[in-house]
Amino acid sequence: MARIIVVTSGKGGVGKTTTSAAFGAGLARAGHRTVVVDFDVGLRNLDLIMGCERRVVYDFVNVINGEANLNQALIRDKRTEGLSILPASQTRDKDALTFEGVQTVLEGLAKDHDYIVCDSPAGIERGAHLAMYFADEALIVTNPEVSSVRDSDRVLGLLASKTRRAEQDDEPIREHLVITRYAPERVGKGEMLSVEDVCEILSIDLLGVIPESTAVLNASNSGVPVILEEKTDAGQAYDDVVARFLGEAREHRFIDEKKGLFGRLFKG
Amino acid sequence: MGFLDYFRSEKKTSASVAKERLQVIVARERSHRGGPDYLPALQEDILAVIRGYIDIEDDAVRVQVEREGNCEVLELNVILPDTD
Repeated sequence: MARIIVVTSGKGGVGKTTTSAAFGAGLARAGHRTVVVDFDVGLRNLDLIMGCERRVVYDFVNVINGEANLNQALIRDKRTEGLSILPASQTRDKDALTFEGVQTVLEGLAKDHDYIVCDSPAGIERGAHLAMYFADEALIVTNPEVSSVRDSDRVLGLLASKTRRAEQDDEPIREHLVITRYAPERVGKGEMLSVEDVCEILSIDLLGVIPESTAVLNASNSGVPVILEEKTDAGQAYDDVVARFLGEAREHRFIDEKKGLFGRLFKG
Repeated sequence: MGFLDYFRSEKKTSASVAKERLQVIVARERSHRGGPDYLPALQEDILAVIRGYIDIEDDAVRVQVEREGNCEVLELNVILPDTD
C-alpha cells in the first residue's frame, strides 16, 4: 500500500517545491518507487525544479479528463531510478481538479509506487485542500518568520479537520516539521526565531532543518533536486530529512552557528 | 556567556518579540478552530454591545465552543478593564 505524503505550508515561497523535489528524489534513491505530483494547477513549476520541463506532454488534468492515461503522463526521472513526476496542468480553469478525479489518479498511482509525494500549492484553496485531503503524512514546510509560522499553524488546523482521515475518524495524519532557510548566525543575534521557538509554537515533531544556502538556488537554476548535490549543506540536510523519515536516527546538523576563532574567544 | 554580553543592552531581541506575538495570535486562532463559522462575527457583535456600556479592549471578548460529551457549550469570556 502506497503512503501519500503532502508537502504543504499555507504560505507561498517557503520551499514546498524544493522540498518535494528533494524529498521525492531522496526516497527514490533509498530504493522506494516514488512519484511526485504537482497540485499547483495553473502555476506548474515542479517540472522546472526537477529539470524535466521539456519532457512534459500530458499532465494531471489530462489524466483526470481521460485525455491520457497515467503511463503517458508520468515522466520518469533520468537521474534517479524509481522516481517519476506527474506535472500539473497550466490551465486557468480553477475547477480542473475534481475530488473524484484526484482520488482516481492517486489510486492508480498507488498500484505501482511506494510513496506518492503531493506538492501542494500555496494558500488554502481547492488545490491545497485536494493535495492534503488523501494524505497519510504531511511535511509542513516553515520559514522561521512570523507569517510563515502562523500560516503553518492554520494548515495544521486544516489537516486535523478537513482531510479524509479526519472525516472518517481514522488515525490522524502524521505531521512532520521541516524548517527551511534557517540562518543560525541570525538566530544567535536574536534576529530570527530559533528551531526551539518554532517547535514550541507549532508543537509538532521536527523532521529536519534546512539551512539558508546558495546551493538551493544553484540547484534550481540547473534543474537538479538539491539533495543530489551531495557536497552542499542543504543537500546533506535533505538527506538527513529523508533518512529520519525512513526511521533512521540522525543528529540535527546546521542548526548551530559556525564560530571562527574570534567568535569563540568572545562568545564562549 | 562571553564578557561582551555585559555591554549588550537589555533590550528585547526582535526574535523574542516575534515569538511572543506568535504565541498570542496562534492561541487566539486555535480557540476559534473547529467552531462554527459565525463565531468571529458573534464576537464582534458582543464586543459592540458591551462597548455601548463600558470601554473595553479589542481582545477583551473571547467566544468559543467547547464540546462536553453530547452537548456543546458556548463559552463567553469578557475581561473588564481595571477600575481606577
